[in-house]
Amino acid sequence: MAEYSAFSLLKNALNGNQDWKPAWRKPDPKASYDVIVIGGGGHGLSTAYYLAKEHGITNVAVLEKGWLGSGNVGRNTTAVRSNYLLPQNTRFYEHSMKLWENLSHDLNYNVMFSQRGCLNLAHTPAQLDDYARRGNAMRHLGVDAELMSVKEIKRLVPALDVSGSARFPILGGLMQPRAGTARHDAVAWGYARGADRRGVDIIENCEVTGFLRDGDRITGVTTTRGDIRAKKVALAVAGSTGQVMQLAGISHMPIESHVLQAFVSESLKPIIGTVLTFGMGHFYISQSDKGGLVYGGDLDGYNSYAQRGSLPVVDEVMSEMLALFPGLARVRMLRSWGGLCDMTMDGSPIITTGPLPGMYLNCGWCYGGFKATPASGWCFAWTIAKDEPHEFNAPFTLDRFYRGLIIDDKGQGATPRLH
Amino acid sequence: MLITCPYCGPRDVIEFTYQGDGNRERPQPASQDLDAWNAYVYDRLNPAGDHNEIWQHSGGCRAHLRVVRNTLTHEILSTAFARGGHKSAGHKAGGHQ
Repeated sequence: MAEYSAFSLLKNALNGNQDWKPAWRKPDPKASYDVIVIGGGGHGLSTAYYLAKEHGITNVAVLEKGWLGSGNVGRNTTAVRSNYLLPQNTRFYEHSMKLWENLSHDLNYNVMFSQRGCLNLAHTPAQLDDYARRGNAMRHLGVDAELMSVKEIKRLVPALDVSGSARFPILGGLMQPRAGTARHDAVAWGYARGADRRGVDIIENCEVTGFLRDGDRITGVTTTRGDIRAKKVALAVAGSTGQVMQLAGISHMPIESHVLQAFVSESLKPIIGTVLTFGMGHFYISQSDKGGLVYGGDLDGYNSYAQRGSLPVVDEVMSEMLALFPGLARVRMLRSWGGLCDMTMDGSPIITTGPLPGMYLNCGWCYGGFKATPASGWCFAWTIAKDEPHEFNAPFTLDRFYRGLIIDDKGQGATPRLH
Repeated sequence: MLITCPYCGPRDVIEFTYQGDGNRERPQPASQDLDAWNAYVYDRLNPAGDHNEIWQHSGGCRAHLRVVRNTLTHEILSTAFARGGHKSAGHKAGGHQ
């Protein structure tokens, strides 16, 4: 197993990097496991890691239909924050933030977590009031939040157009200083390696094609690599949740799958030192350590499993970027791609036991799943190990929609494309 | 993506507003069947493939349209005015005319 230290870096550098060992094994599936986690993305891998680390459950398989981390963990815009309004969300995402703050040490893997802050820009007095309210709500729960003046914002991001003649003049902003970004691929690889070294089998190119059942109870899965039995089967398949649930005979879910696009520009010298969001539309931007601007905007706005978007949204995202940074007009876009977002009816996730006996469900991450990766796995592992939710994920049930207990941070109602 | 409005002809998707899953059945206004209301408001079929959905030509004639569209390829398979009743396009995914 590859161990990383200053010494091992030096030793392998002198050897021409010929002796590195693979970070995880490639085992064949066993006939049965204590727990099967379907989905080898960030959430599935962190679930397996915390099952092994926190609960001593190591007879675990993670089944991934493609290659490890081929879905949203490698398709997001890498922002990590916990700046929510509602206490259920704030507590959960702040738990995630605390796990992020120690993640590189915990995994012995550099996830390049950079607490460069996240600044939400306000463009109307009402919006600034709303941000003050949210900032106060955050501080009530011990989360850091600061209102920033235009002068302070200009000092932080000099390239920003803060003039009164901007299309949407900036009046201030809400900053969470502990927010930031992380290297998303490293998160997947670090969790995979951490789970693998504790005995978890990570099985790639293994698509689940159905469920083994004993009456209502789920007792395993059929896959492209044979049948695998398990005492507990956990789903962490994000945008494919509806498809996998249909294999279990559940045709309707409070979820729509939508496509979200993301973009990277050519590399520039340091110009944006924080995660910045635009308040008069939906736009967010940060700069990667390689220098590329990483940015995105709204969903395309209709159900999609295509993992690619359409041009009107590209046009809108670029317009929003130029409304903030007119000076970036001639920067070239290098890459764009799409990811599937499992949009729930209230914009909040689902981490729960059930809905069938022997099944556990983790889904509904909308387009905020990356920052949740550590806490999602931590809470899901707890729920699987103890057959009951931790207090951090107790509100994120599947039946909350039918019991009047929705957690709608944005106040949009049951319109997934607007969350 | 081009959607062919039965009244206006083929138009760019930016002229249209997405209204979502067209398979849902709205209970009668006086209905007190909570399960039926919950299903109408919160439950979605969400297929990977042909999807029966409602769009409004909000940037054009403002008609509500019943569209069958493939969610894997974004291909539009059929469009019609929605006012004829949403069930005629097929209640299940893939059941387009």
